[in-house]
Amino acid sequence: MPRLSVLMIRSALVYLGIGFLFGGLLLFNKGIPFAGIVWRLLPIHIEILIFGWTMQLVMGVAFWIVPRFSTPSRYGRVWLAVLAFVLLNVGIWLTVAGQWGGSLNLLLSGRVCILLSGGCFVLHIVPRIKPLSVSKSV
Amino acid sequence: MPMLTRYYLKTGLVHLAIALFLGVLIAAQPVFNLSTSLPVLRPVFLHLLIVGWITQVIIGIAYWMFPKYSKEHPRGSERLGWAVYILLNVGLALRAVCEPLFALEPGSVGGIGLAASAVLQVSAGWLFIANTWSRVKER
Repeated sequence: MPRLSVLMIRSALVYLGIGFLFGGLLLFNKGIPFAGIVWRLLPIHIEILIFGWTMQLVMGVAFWIVPRFSTPSRYGRVWLAVLAFVLLNVGIWLTVAGQWGGSLNLLLSGRVCILLSGGCFVLHIVPRIKPLSVSKSV
Repeated sequence: MPMLTRYYLKTGLVHLAIALFLGVLIAAQPVFNLSTSLPVLRPVFLHLLIVGWITQVIIGIAYWMFPKYSKEHPRGSERLGWAVYILLNVGLALRAVCEPLFALEPGSVGGIGLAASAVLQVSAGWLFIANTWSRVKER
């Protein structure tokens, strides 16, 4: 497994742990109320599990599993995938900060980062979606 | 494919089928003037789909396909793998029963069921992370 996939998948696992914890707090609080403020975690719970866990895991596994090139660089334009990783995580934290603090500007900045992350990852992965016989790197 | 992965995938398919059925039922409620209580099923619908189907399939495939932990224990702790499967599915089933019950009768035993479901599902998630973390590694 390449280092970038390790980073992405381990980050995704961290988000899974946080997302499940927040979900657990929400569900527990629904059954046995203990703090009204817990309800503010709902959008963060959703954000973290959709983008931090699911999307990041898919990106990490795709970077690892999708066919490589037989010539260097075997993983194609790796810098685009690295940029996608950085933008995604910055975007998640900006979005979460925006949701928690009620800042629309932070929320928008986060969403833009996540959009750019998706764009970078698409540009990285599309050339690797190919028949096994095609070996030319970009 | 290991037996545990088959259990994860087949149980995931059952959750998918139930979730899709609930989705139809919730959408049909205003069209056919069905019981106005049906929308209380929406959180169950979403969580059966996202946790019961998507996350469960990811966990099952990861258990099977991620790099080996060691020659002796290629998939980490099999016991932990089973514990995750049981905790996740018992927790989710408890939620599926207790959440609508609690929404319709606040203060009922459903509240305790929801709290228990929360503990079971968080435990499942964290045990999965513990069992998987070391398998996410460079060659």
